[in-house]
Amino acid sequence: MPAILTTILSAHEGKRETIIPILQQVQEEFGYLPEDAMLQIARHTHVPASRVYGVATFYAQFRFTPLGKTHVMVCRGTACHVNGARTILEQTEEHLGIKEGETTPDLGYSLETVACIGACSLAPCAMINSEVEAKLTIQKLKAIFEREG
Amino acid sequence: MALDFAAVRHQARQQWNTLHNGQRPLILVGTATCGRSAGSLEVLKVLKAANQEHDLECNIIEVGCIGLCHAEPVVCITKPSQPGICYGNIDSNKIRRLVKSYLAGDDPLPKLGLGTFGKGSIEGIPQLWQTPVLKPQLRRVLRNCGFIDPTNIGHYLANNGYAGLVEALKIGPERIIETVQQAGLRGRGGAGFPTWRKWQFCRDAGSGEKYLICNADEGDPGAFMNRALLEGDPHSILEGMLIAGYALGAQTGYIYCRAEYPLALERLREAIQRAEEHGLLGDTVLGSDFSFRIKIKEGAGAFVCGEETALIASIEGERGMPNSRPPFPAISGLWSDPTIINNVESLACVALILQNGAEWFTEHGSEKSKGTKTIALVGKIKYSGLVELPLGTALRELIFDIGGGVPDGKEFKAVQTGGPSGGCIPAGLLDTPVDYESLIAAGTIMGSGGVVVMDEDTCMVDFARFFLDFAEKESCGKCAPCSLGTRQMRGILEDITQGRGKPGDIELLEEMAEGVKTGSLCGLGQTAPNPVLTTIRYFREEYEAHIYEQRCPAGTCKDFVSYFISPDLCVGCLLCLKNCSSEAITGALKQVHIIDQDLCTRCDVCYQVCPSKIDAVRRYSPQTSLPLPEATVA
Repeated sequence: MPAILTTILSAHEGKRETIIPILQQVQEEFGYLPEDAMLQIARHTHVPASRVYGVATFYAQFRFTPLGKTHVMVCRGTACHVNGARTILEQTEEHLGIKEGETTPDLGYSLETVACIGACSLAPCAMINSEVEAKLTIQKLKAIFEREG
Repeated sequence: MALDFAAVRHQARQQWNTLHNGQRPLILVGTATCGRSAGSLEVLKVLKAANQEHDLECNIIEVGCIGLCHAEPVVCITKPSQPGICYGNIDSNKIRRLVKSYLAGDDPLPKLGLGTFGKGSIEGIPQLWQTPVLKPQLRRVLRNCGFIDPTNIGHYLANNGYAGLVEALKIGPERIIETVQQAGLRGRGGAGFPTWRKWQFCRDAGSGEKYLICNADEGDPGAFMNRALLEGDPHSILEGMLIAGYALGAQTGYIYCRAEYPLALERLREAIQRAEEHGLLGDTVLGSDFSFRIKIKEGAGAFVCGEETALIASIEGERGMPNSRPPFPAISGLWSDPTIINNVESLACVALILQNGAEWFTEHGSEKSKGTKTIALVGKIKYSGLVELPLGTALRELIFDIGGGVPDGKEFKAVQTGGPSGGCIPAGLLDTPVDYESLIAAGTIMGSGGVVVMDEDTCMVDFARFFLDFAEKESCGKCAPCSLGTRQMRGILEDITQGRGKPGDIELLEEMAEGVKTGSLCGLGQTAPNPVLTTIRYFREEYEAHIYEQRCPAGTCKDFVSYFISPDLCVGCLLCLKNCSSEAITGALKQVHIIDQDLCTRCDVCYQVCPSKIDAVRRYSPQTSLPLPEATVA
């Protein structure tokens, strides 16, 4: 077991209610939830592995494949939808050659959509890694991809 | 060790007065999420460097969102014995200019100013609170947002903060509940249930372990009022929670906050720590026999967790699936103990009511809906932002006075309230007051306060499809009417928007909507059909146009649209040609461009990149209505 996983687990009591916080910390560390980590979490919290997997797959936050170097989250909230989020998503998919939920084979980019990032008055927007890109246009999107390489 | 509250408050007030009436200029920079997205951190960096470089000795403070999101980044500058000036759309260059002209010199650059506040006036700049955007508003819940440093508990204390807690501890639980009842406070999370009644159920449920949960899982797409409040004034939530916890007899409070709000979480953690240091939170609050602890639980992205029993399941470490009620959480909730779940804004209102009294709270509002409501005004609106207005204000005033109406000369079409659980209201019903009963009568709900404005370019059928798609994805899968019903309805709507609509589809949608409403286990399913029902009710002709005429009146459903470049308007700038990824546009510089209809994928990019002053790219629906030359029609 990687040392970092041991550290995360030992910071939490082995109670059922700690499953979600542990999963969140593991994902924070690894960028996704490795299968082995989920097995260890099950052992630590004394629940069947299926239960940990069941919880992990229920919530939109958790992912099971590694992230790309640049992680793009296109917001599909109502305000973004009304302001053209569909085109933003389609153009991003076309540019990267992947669909939402996928990662490029070279792990350069990963693409997801998010229900709402709460920057509705600056719609349409997307999150590039942890930065919010506001009031997106086709031209702005192109500039972002040029910048990120 | 509890501190002497009166002494702490006195000190906080003195420091606040020195800050505002001292000899140094005071600069407020809005660095909430919306400000940051617009670049306020860069502005802050430049400002701090200039402050040092010019030896200005300004006090620079990071504040939350003032609500003028359309003008972010926002910076407020108050020079000694001058009114404050609020500046909008500030970037690195403008802040450098302001430092040079106004801080190092005397020219306030009136053209950049949105408005002045405080005593006095400055020529060329209007009074901020008299501007059309702010005049109809009443800032009560949001009074501190944008004016205090949310990380400084002293700022909250200096502005009457925690006075409500002191009052609550003095009058005791029964009278707290009575006061909240007199104030007529109704839940601000959506349903509008009287807060006091919920509390009374829980209080009557015996004297064992009880829990208070603050629902900060603002999941409605299009809503961000709670985020702004959590980021801009976190102590007001803590104060409300302390008062509620004391009234209920609870010793533990949870804040269930979305993980997508990292800044709000940071502010909350900081606020909890400060409150504990000041003896306002923890054992023997302010020396009383009341002890209360607040823990933070990060949500993991599930809209259904806004539903009370699902939220509880999530805190317990389970999949966030709702349970049938009764028993209600007020009787049997978290760990099967009595539990009350209140929305962020409801709790902020509780603090206000205890600070100022029930009578003060009921000064504004309508007969059955008292007080104010915070609203996120977004979509196709000129001045989008965070608004607070007295309940009962007409939608027209909200959209056209405060919001400035629809931009770019387009026509207003509909307004949607209540998120995925709400409905769309047409122009004819714009005089509907924003209160719980009136919105229900119009077929929608108040919801948490997201208001999305749509113009002529929004297809109402596609809009309903968008919400059903959301409901289908967010449905937890526990009950069939919701999980299968939303899926079927989404499928029918998709068919209609993609040219496969059949006569009878509208009636089928209506029938299914009733089934999903009555058969679903929780609020998500029970309200999911609302966007469909209201769009059919008010925009039936759009559904019919799609089904019977293969026409999308808004011109946005791909399968019903053709793109055409008007030869009279095209200036041959190459913009659309360069951006067309399917190489469907031919032409040369200063020559009219032409779209090859066979190659066009109708991605809408040419329409979007064509500068609005030229406006040469046109959408035609149905596709057969494409103008000459006929040869280009496939």
